[in-house]
Amino acid sequence: MKLILKNGFVYDPLNGINGEKMDICIEDGKIVEDVKDAKVIDCSGKVVMPGGVEIHSHIAGGKVNVGRLMRPEDHIKNVMPKTRLTRAVNGYSTPSTFLTGYLYAKLGYTTAFTAAMPPLMARHTHEELHDIPMLDKGALTLMGNNWFVMRYLKRGDVELAAAFVAWLLKAAKGYAIKVVNPGGGEAWGWGRDVRSLDDPVPHFDITPREIISGLAKVNEMLSLPHSIHLHANNLGRVGNYVTTLETMEVPNGTKPARERQVVQLTHAQFHSYGGDSWRTFASEAESIAKAVNNNENVIIDIGQVVFGDTTTMTADGPMEYYLSSLTGLKWANKNIELETSPGVTPFVYSKRSPVSAVQWAVGLELALHIKDPFKVLLTTDHPNGAPFFKYPTIIAWLMSARYREETMKEVHGAAQKNTTLATIDREYDFYEIAVITRAGQAKSLGLAEKGHLGVGADADVAVYDLNPEEVDPSRDYKLIEEKFARTSYTIKGGEIVVKDGEIVKVVDGRTLYIDAKVDEGLERELMRDIDYYFKRFYSVNLANYPVQEVYLTNPTPVQIDASNVR
Amino acid sequence: MHRYTDVICSFCGTLCDDIEVVVEDNRIVDVKHACRIGTAKFFASNDYEHRILKPMVRKNGKLVEASLDEAVERAAEILKSATKPLLYGWSSTSCEAHSVGIELAEELGGVIDNTTTVCHGPSALAIHDAGYISCTLGEVKNRADLIIYWGANPMHGHPRHLSRYSIFPRGYFRERGQQDRELIVIDVRKTDTAKIANKFIRVNYGEDYELISALRKVVNGGELHQESVAGVPREEIIALAEKMKNAQFGVLFFGMGLTQSYGRHRNIDNAICLVRDLNTHTKFVIMAMRGHYNVVGFNEVLSWQAGFPFAVDMGRGFAWYNPGETTANDVLQRGECDAALIIASDPVSHFPRKSIEHLAKIPIIAIDIHPTPTTQLADVVIPSAIVGIEVDGTAYRMDAVPLRLRKVKEPPEGVLSDVEILRRILAKVRGEQLAAKAEVAR
Repeated sequence: MKLILKNGFVYDPLNGINGEKMDICIEDGKIVEDVKDAKVIDCSGKVVMPGGVEIHSHIAGGKVNVGRLMRPEDHIKNVMPKTRLTRAVNGYSTPSTFLTGYLYAKLGYTTAFTAAMPPLMARHTHEELHDIPMLDKGALTLMGNNWFVMRYLKRGDVELAAAFVAWLLKAAKGYAIKVVNPGGGEAWGWGRDVRSLDDPVPHFDITPREIISGLAKVNEMLSLPHSIHLHANNLGRVGNYVTTLETMEVPNGTKPARERQVVQLTHAQFHSYGGDSWRTFASEAESIAKAVNNNENVIIDIGQVVFGDTTTMTADGPMEYYLSSLTGLKWANKNIELETSPGVTPFVYSKRSPVSAVQWAVGLELALHIKDPFKVLLTTDHPNGAPFFKYPTIIAWLMSARYREETMKEVHGAAQKNTTLATIDREYDFYEIAVITRAGQAKSLGLAEKGHLGVGADADVAVYDLNPEEVDPSRDYKLIEEKFARTSYTIKGGEIVVKDGEIVKVVDGRTLYIDAKVDEGLERELMRDIDYYFKRFYSVNLANYPVQEVYLTNPTPVQIDASNVR
Repeated sequence: MHRYTDVICSFCGTLCDDIEVVVEDNRIVDVKHACRIGTAKFFASNDYEHRILKPMVRKNGKLVEASLDEAVERAAEILKSATKPLLYGWSSTSCEAHSVGIELAEELGGVIDNTTTVCHGPSALAIHDAGYISCTLGEVKNRADLIIYWGANPMHGHPRHLSRYSIFPRGYFRERGQQDRELIVIDVRKTDTAKIANKFIRVNYGEDYELISALRKVVNGGELHQESVAGVPREEIIALAEKMKNAQFGVLFFGMGLTQSYGRHRNIDNAICLVRDLNTHTKFVIMAMRGHYNVVGFNEVLSWQAGFPFAVDMGRGFAWYNPGETTANDVLQRGECDAALIIASDPVSHFPRKSIEHLAKIPIIAIDIHPTPTTQLADVVIPSAIVGIEVDGTAYRMDAVPLRLRKVKEPPEGVLSDVEILRRILAKVRGEQLAAKAEVAR
């Protein structure tokens, strides 16, 4: 399809374009210089941005489906019957796969990465990703409690660890290294946890610190597109900011192999708490933001909380147990052999709760205290802080101090008392919003053809019915919230998939995964060891472990030559 | 001659994936490592006498051979003219087939349900209430020192469960295998599994709930005042509770003895709560002993596509889930469905009489590999290929680990996979041309 998006206000931070009136030309799924005989879409008076890129969202796989299984009550919400184009859908905090695709497309998102894929369950994750339409997809792959990784790093054999990571990404069809509560997931195999960077992992004689620095090193040896994606220890604990600050320093000796950070500290909101008991629970967002501002190796994504009912799910098993023991609500757990231990439990963020109020403020504080928007990406850690379709509300909060003030009046006084949110005047502009919802994500993930509208980029575009010359986001925050929820147009791979907030075409995106090649001799050595371990300790045979390409929609390997790793 | 290794057995929920199969001239001549049931299933695929080889359509009261197109056409007619068809079975076919089936149910506004409805449906209801504290089977193999089977007899139902995952194998932290573990069986009778257990506890029939409650009371520090509960002496209950609390990694496997006896989903709810209580003392997990090799797969696919694990009514154009109302037997016994598509299942042999009486009144389309009482009763019969022997496909083990079953030989001539048959019916129902050949994984 040939298209010209005419005369919109274009926000394309990676190309330094800040609200200029421009035409965007599209041909064969790519942005081009010029195009003839194209369909013209009048975008005058509208905001044009690259398609949104989701960097951390639990949208597919075993634990998402456990959430669905455990919470039928979640699926009497968002019920929509089938139409000529779309499937019957339902689900609020754990939407069905089809709905996930439709909802992202309506927000103007065209790419999404699912946040935590256990390799043994990777086939399941890909089966669900297969059934998520409208988006290009990828999966962050869990490695922070992997027995092979811990053994090789303990031995100091970083090369073998790198070869293993390369093999695992290809076997699981994963895109990046995800580290969740390093060491804690293994300890949870015995009902235990690790509570500091130097707590040894039971039976493995390695510490979280060593796992993090080792994997960061491996990541750069392989020169993977994304950095390590780190869910630090002590998530959600009172006073955990100390651990978080220490964690940021861990990979400091490692140089990035690409133009990006060395570590993305994910859902930082859940890691920025002060106080010494729930009674004195307070924000330490300012300290965390300061450390991020001063550390060129670290970026964060927020993990913003929005008030309401949700389902928390993470590969951090001990944390989910702890949370469910606080609330008394139902709890699911799934220890996965040699790899990880996810958990799921429902949660309600209540405006009347002092803790929820502070959590809400912490996320916004982080976004507002961190100076460079490329260092603070918008996520809700869907569905942990809130479902992803709450993004427009968060965008409106960031663009309007007045809106934050209004909300502050409705929530528990702790948000005022125990955080700095009320003192911040900063308001995001459209350019910065484009950074924290697409450009920053694409840069962090190393997606050269996404998150921007330069010639050669994927023709993934979002058009919002907002006129920057007329709208004052600070005052018209309700309009911002409304318009960011429904694009005028979403264009995916050069095709119009959403028009005026309605799905007009259903498409299947691509699935990206890493195909990194290390030295052949090293790989042979690795395979001997893996073979020995699989026979004895896994419950599936090695031959049945790797995910076949047939599960992926439009499989798109990202080739990486790491043959210098030997 | 070709030797296939790492073949996955498509019989029970244990999904053993270490089978070796030797095929010569499209006949299986040797099967290694599989249990007796699995081996029999592989060899049975050689025997075409007990297969359905040609589609059949009922004419003048008799089933007569028909072309595939005619059978598909007739099936589509039946389904299209029905107001509320029931699509039932699914547990012995691939997830790829489930996916097309769910789309078909949506298209027709029908009810879709699988055998969960008569096995672990109560477990699903309990999970809705209490959650599910579980693990993969490799965790049990590597860590578990206390293994309990409650109302389950794997020696018969899941013959290699004990040797692959639970009591016998050597694991990372259980180097001596069986010597490092303890096996306890709780059941109403001394089963063959109970015979090899370190301890067998006989519970009174229908009183499992009481025993679970007594255990919870002791685990949570309470005192038992009764001499015995559910036929088990007080001392034994206290000793068991202590053993559970002191295990390093305990696992409670439960079977249909718990889901289908008095108390049903309340038994499971209570058992999950017991395991939750135990987690305040140590590491403890629970797992349902799922029967059919892909009963879990159906629950998974339906959950991610329609939001619920089984018994979904698409009559309103969206998924409506209300077990007791939308479950297959309830729909049948209320006489609510006016046609049925039965796939990879034989409800006429297994459902209550009242359900079968209604089935006998309505047109049935049966898709299966071999003749059953259900195919005898059907108006359209379409033969299909065996997943995991004659065609590829995805299945989920009882612990929800997904595996790709592989093809080792060709199906009988002209016989298609369930996926392909369903796709043809769906296209016919929609009045569409069949799209290009299906990718095997959807």
